[in-house]
Amino acid sequence: MKLELRTITKRFGSVTANDRIDLVVEPGEIHALLGENGAGKSTLMNILYGLHRPDEGQILIDDAPVSFGGPGDAKAAGIGMVHQHFMLVPVFTVTENVMLGHEPTKGLAFLDRRRARRRVTEISHRFGLEVPPDAVVADLSVGVRQRVEILKALSHDARLLVLDEPTAVLSPQETEQLINVIRTLRDAGTSIVFISHKLREVCRIADRITVIRRGAVVGTADPSASEGELASMMVGRPVRLTVDKVPAEPGEVVLDVRGLSLVGDDGVVLVDDLTFSVRGGEIFAIAGVQGNGQTEVTEALVGLVKPTTGSISVAGRDLGPLSTGEILDLGVGYVPEDRLRDGLVGDFSVAENLVLDLYDKPPFARSGALDLARIEADATARVREFDIRPPETTRAAGTLSGGNQQKIVLARELSRPLKLLIIAQPTRGLDVGSMEFVHRRIVAERDRGTAVVLVSTELDEVLGLADRMVVMYRGRIAGEVPAGAPAERIGLLMAGSAPDDQAAVPPGDVASAGVR
Amino acid sequence: MTGHTVTDTPHDHPAAARGTAGVPASARRRVLSGVAVIVTGLVCALAWGLGAHAGDAVLRLSAVGDGSPILQIRVPGRQAGLVLGAVITLLGAWQLARGFSRRAMRAVSAVVVGCFVLAFLCWAGTGQPGTPVSVFGLLQQSIFAAIPLILGALAGILCERSGVINVAIEGQMLTGAFTAALAATMAQHAGAGIVLALLAGGLMGLLLAVFAIRYAVNQIVLGVVLNLFALGLTSFGFDLLMQRDPDAYNNPSVLAPLKIPLLGDIPLLGPLLFDANILVYITYVLIIGVQVSLFHTRWGLRTRAVGEHPKAADSVGVKVRATRYRNVILGGLVAGLGGAFLSIGAVGAFGAGMSNGKGFIALAAVIFGRWSPRGAVGAALLFGFADALQTLSSAITMPVTIPSAFLSMLPYLVTFLAVAGLVGHVRAPAAGGVPYMKG
Ligand SMILES: Nc1ncnc2c1ncn2[C@@H]1O[C@H](COP(=O)(O)OP(=O)(O)OP(=O)(O)O)[C@@H](O)[C@H]1O
Ligand SMILES: [Mg+2]
Repeated sequence: MKLELRTITKRFGSVTANDRIDLVVEPGEIHALLGENGAGKSTLMNILYGLHRPDEGQILIDDAPVSFGGPGDAKAAGIGMVHQHFMLVPVFTVTENVMLGHEPTKGLAFLDRRRARRRVTEISHRFGLEVPPDAVVADLSVGVRQRVEILKALSHDARLLVLDEPTAVLSPQETEQLINVIRTLRDAGTSIVFISHKLREVCRIADRITVIRRGAVVGTADPSASEGELASMMVGRPVRLTVDKVPAEPGEVVLDVRGLSLVGDDGVVLVDDLTFSVRGGEIFAIAGVQGNGQTEVTEALVGLVKPTTGSISVAGRDLGPLSTGEILDLGVGYVPEDRLRDGLVGDFSVAENLVLDLYDKPPFARSGALDLARIEADATARVREFDIRPPETTRAAGTLSGGNQQKIVLARELSRPLKLLIIAQPTRGLDVGSMEFVHRRIVAERDRGTAVVLVSTELDEVLGLADRMVVMYRGRIAGEVPAGAPAERIGLLMAGSAPDDQAAVPPGDVASAGVR
Repeated sequence: MTGHTVTDTPHDHPAAARGTAGVPASARRRVLSGVAVIVTGLVCALAWGLGAHAGDAVLRLSAVGDGSPILQIRVPGRQAGLVLGAVITLLGAWQLARGFSRRAMRAVSAVVVGCFVLAFLCWAGTGQPGTPVSVFGLLQQSIFAAIPLILGALAGILCERSGVINVAIEGQMLTGAFTAALAATMAQHAGAGIVLALLAGGLMGLLLAVFAIRYAVNQIVLGVVLNLFALGLTSFGFDLLMQRDPDAYNNPSVLAPLKIPLLGDIPLLGPLLFDANILVYITYVLIIGVQVSLFHTRWGLRTRAVGEHPKAADSVGVKVRATRYRNVILGGLVAGLGGAFLSIGAVGAFGAGMSNGKGFIALAAVIFGRWSPRGAVGAALLFGFADALQTLSSAITMPVTIPSAFLSMLPYLVTFLAVAGLVGHVRAPAAGGVPYMKG
């Protein structure tokens, strides 16, 4: 399918999300869209998919103008879309989610579940995207949900497929698999629009790249361009893609975890006898493929789940009897992995979200009343510092672009005095410019003497930031790796194969290695 | 979110094979519900077993004076209470020790409630040994009281499953009741009453839909306002027309019972279920219809999707607002029918404010029934039973005179226990009450 967008313009109040955008996607082409957070990529794609109405402009499919009243029309025209945020009904099964909107029926509109299920298994085999057809989506991990989302888009034989940051939550292996699927589709003649902030994979997969900045197209690039060139084209200034830092100067032990185990509701052991400690002034990274217990560890560290066995102490205080609020008051900063769900109230304004856990304390509250002027002034400063766009503190946080929502949570947690910072997937969904900024902030936090626990599935990020790192596999520490170890070694540990030399310390010795 | 490795099912997980440490939450729930059932069993044995007088209780299972053979059973009251209590206790012990599956637990809860009630009736029958306790009458009255509640609850389910909270069931029923009486009297035909009651309820539904969906008015406030509106409107109409000239405006005949051939001849069940008026049969059809279509048709899947995650539904081409409009209006129609049952189905006249809180009890049935028609019917029957028990206490002498207020509280207590302890926590449709706006 040939797609042509002509002078698409979309305004949200004072914000021009798309400013006369022209874009042509040839049949059988993988077309990558690059742009900063809030540049207007998702908006453009939502317009194409009939979710938003453009203020101006035209959509042409195979050179004929079309007008979509809603996603149903776009679907009927052969467009499929994987949205940036999951569009799955959590209480439905995988099959129900995939069939919703084009349900096979028998008799008087009765659902033909058998046929729908067969369809799911069939396409999941065809593309090598394994999903459990009868599982309820709420029980699935993020990676599997993403696969369901992709299957959903593939299930009605789309001739143009839009993928809005599909790899943000995927492991390297899963990303690899997705890239293969995309290539297969391309070779079969499907046109693809691919959005990602991961420049390396964009360069690998794209046939053509269009860069958007502040709502307007700033140019096109060739996939052979270097990552640095693309980055500066996107951001409009040179970007450092590597992290600058001086060697750590560890101080006192701040976080001490002994024999931590967590057992899930269904009896599955999620975290298995973890022991480690982190000193002030060092970045301790927990690497690993999504779903190997890292999320649960961070939740235990801030008291969101209580350890089944084991103990955690921060600066000598046992966290056992403390509530999450009390733990945060000890000077623990927490940036959760799923920030949009756990870190943000979408209907609250940006300013309110920036003081979400501080609103009842000085300087934001005085004798029981909120000091609104103070909150506002503070919010304005942080919006500027973190480059949150658009820079309006009264906007509902939910209307910001995905990446800018992330920045709000980061700005809040990184702006108070901390002893310990727990930060999960800090740059998920962030553009390269913001990534550079966040990395610098984390290192600065370390240099101020804060102990940092970094959980990340991104190998580059871990390698760039960590002073010490362990790899988690199936709830256990698979090995501790010194900073500067080769990436392949870590990759092997992440995949669960034990290394054969002393690059990694066997699990039993991690405790001693951790305390040093 | 579960945290096992993405490519693994929990069973492949090596850690799972290594066994469990600590007590997971599901086990805690099992223990709690087990203990609750055991306590119920012991209470049953102590109160209804040991508390019974000596002598036999006679339970009558047939209607009196309609010429059908008299069906009654005679049981020693004390022993019955003890045995039934023991059955409940054993079920509880099994749940505590081994645990029933989720699905089996539903049946078990029903058996527990049934045994408890039966034991109570046996106990009550020993107050004047030999005097029959009309179980038939009790059940008949329960069902009669439950019908409007069921219709109200179905109306609530239709709305709320699509994400619109319906607090206005009460008002919709009241409007239906008024219109049915008025139309049936004026047209001299019950059918006209039913049809116009449907329309009136549907109109109230449309009003709710327009303000909730189009103007995004807070749905709770809106519901309350609509109830007041309905109360005012019908009371005004009542004063203006019906009070002045009851014969011309408020004299519908009560719908005549229609006995269904064959089915109506089944002992006990026949007279109980298949010798009723047309509205009761429509209710049966609606129960099954809504239950089946909600979970097995395209309409049902889309309705639930819209109530859970409208954005996801929209993104695959489901028309969110249209679905909601349709469901809210459908709900209004059904509630209007419930109103018709109150006036022309039961009493044979309209009375000001005659819905008398039934719409709110129906709302409770929706919640206790966890937004499923089947569950709501169960809850409505329990509430109906509460109604019937009050009359029972005045009809017979029990071993201990129980204040009727306490008696009427008992089934609510049982429902509360059932919902809180046995069924697990209740979850409303996720998008309930949230208007859907597009950018
Ligand atoms: N529904 C909405 N209401 C108001 N403003 C909106 C809405 N949706 C998007 N915007 C604004 O439009 C701009 C573009 O957002 P968009 O989501 O398209 O960015 P993006 O390029 O996808 O960014 P990211 O990489 O962070 O996902 C942002 O400034 C955002 O705040
Ligand atoms: Mg986006």
